[in-house]
Formats: sequence, structure tokens, C-alpha cells
Amino acid sequence: MVEFPFYSLFVSSMITLFINGSPQIFATVPTVRQVLDERGMTGRRVAIECNGDIVPRSHYDSRALAEGDRLEIVVAVGGG
Amino acid sequence: MTFPVSPDPFILAGRTVRSRLLVGTGKYADLNQTREAVEASGAEIVTVAIRRTNIGQNPGEPNLLDVISPDRYTLLPNTAGCYTAEEAVRTLRLARELLDGHALVKLEVLGDADTLFPNMVETLEAAEILIREGFEVMVYCSDDPILARRLEDLGCVAIMPLASLIGSGMGILNPWNLGIILERAQIPVIVDAGVGTASDAAIAMELGCAGVLMNTAIAQARHPVQMAKAMALAVEAGRLSWRAGRMPKKPYRASASSPLSGLIQ
Repeated sequence: MVEFPFYSLFVSSMITLFINGSPQIFATVPTVRQVLDERGMTGRRVAIECNGDIVPRSHYDSRALAEGDRLEIVVAVGGG
Repeated sequence: MTFPVSPDPFILAGRTVRSRLLVGTGKYADLNQTREAVEASGAEIVTVAIRRTNIGQNPGEPNLLDVISPDRYTLLPNTAGCYTAEEAVRTLRLARELLDGHALVKLEVLGDADTLFPNMVETLEAAEILIREGFEVMVYCSDDPILARRLEDLGCVAIMPLASLIGSGMGILNPWNLGIILERAQIPVIVDAGVGTASDAAIAMELGCAGVLMNTAIAQARHPVQMAKAMALAVEAGRLSWRAGRMPKKPYRASASSPLSGLIQ
């Protein structure tokens, strides 16, 4: 039996998501809701796109993310 | 107003809008000034932009929607900064999600970073897709009457030609083109972009426009809140003036206002 170092379990579960273009590392696969909570956006009015498709607010808890997913998280700002 | 004026509701996409002045929320010193100026303008329709949020920075940072409440104003998400139909459509799908299914949007697809002139080829393409998806599209466009007609035929709910370049404050540069568009359009024509001061807004309304949309003219005035009020008055004055019907111009002959009889001899 091949022995894996203990930390390989941990390392293999790390995933990278690209949020608003910047790579962000998560220890475990998060839901969309967990991404918001971990990045200080709990309760903020946002809209989210994953790989070009809208993620409806009602799917934040259930939507499964995967390695390399590209999330866009937008808000309303001042503009003409 | 206390004198009798017959009702003149501003109907846009089947709904009655309180004010013919539409305002943007960009370029203000801070959110407090944004709130005060928008309030002073009396506008109901207020444009907002859609942008990436700053991840993890200032979680308690004040939000535009805290001061411009969607309960109080009709928010008009725009596609400012988009240069292709695809970017514009994507932005407005996000906006619809952000604003709980809100369908009224401002489409603008830019063609050039120096002039911010609209790219009408991309604009037409985006309008078609958005209308198919159930959006109510108010569209920033060039003042070309043929393209304006095309946008109307596609099913846009308002045509919004520029009066001069976005943020230029140069005023109404081609009233004749606007006049041709106005003569033919069956949907509201709203001047969007170029207004610099209150008289420009009044001129747009005197031409017969259904409304005026502006941002920089208010936000970059020395006193934005005062200018917001001035714009509200100008839009109202211009509209009343258009409805009242101006006197005919008589370029070559004066006409005395006082009686010619009964003069002291």
C-alpha cells in the first residue's frame, strides 16, 4: 500500500475559484452562500454569475461549485 | 401648480412616471450628495451602473442602494462601459437578478473610448436579444432617424439619442435631427447625454422630447443639489412651453406690445 503524507488529504481538497477575475483558494468546496459569507458579503445585495450563467439567489445554498469556476459578483454603483 | 393645466402624464412602457427628468448617480462627491441631488431633482427614474464588488474589502462599506432605495425610485440599470452586445446583455441579465426581476433597463453599447459614441451595430443586436428575453429597453443611440426608427420597430420602449457627447455639457447640437426623430417616433424620445445647463434641458423639452436624462450636468455643477432643482424646473418649463405652443417667429418685422391708439399727443 502506498503511503500518502497526512497533508495530501488536505491539499487535494483545496480548490481555486476565480472571483471577479482573481484566484481565491478555499479549503473545501464551498457553496455560493459560503463564498459570500467567507468574503464578508453576507446580506449584501449582489448578483452572481458562474461561468457566464446567472446563479439565482434561491440557489445560493444548493449551487455546487467546482475547481476553476469563474464567479462574477456584482453590485449597483453610481453611474449615468 | 395652482393654475389649471390639463393632465400630462408621462407614460413609459405602460406605466406612469412622476417626472420627465431622469438622472444618473455617477460622479458625485459622496453618497450623501448623490442622495440630496437625486431628491432635489424630483426624478423617479434613476440610473445605476453594475460593477464587480470589491471582494473582502470594507464589508460595512455604504451601498448606493442604501441611499437610492429601489422602494422609492425606479432604478434603471445601465450598460455603461460595455463595448459589445454580448457584454451589454450579460450586464443586464445580472442587473435583472440584482433588482429582483426588474425589466426596465438602459442599453448603451459604446463604440469608442474617446467619444463614448454609441456603436449602433452592437446596440441593435443587443436590443434584439434583450427584447426577446423580456426586457423593456430604453436605448442610448445616435441621432440618426433611420436607426431610431429601427430601434422602435424592434420594440424598444424609449429612444434616447445623444444631444452631444456623454459628459461634454455641449448642449443640443443638432436640434434638426432630434426634430426628425421626434416627428416620426410613436414611443417616448428622451435626450440622453450632452445637456450642460438648465436652458439645454428646456430646449430639449421645447423640441417635444418626452424627457431628459442627465448625470454630469448635475453632478459636476459647482452646487449639484441646486443644479438638480434648476434642471427639474427647466424640464417642467420646457414641457409647458412646448404644450403651450410658442408664438410664430417674425424675423423681419417688429410688433408692438402696447396699444398704438390713445397715445398722448
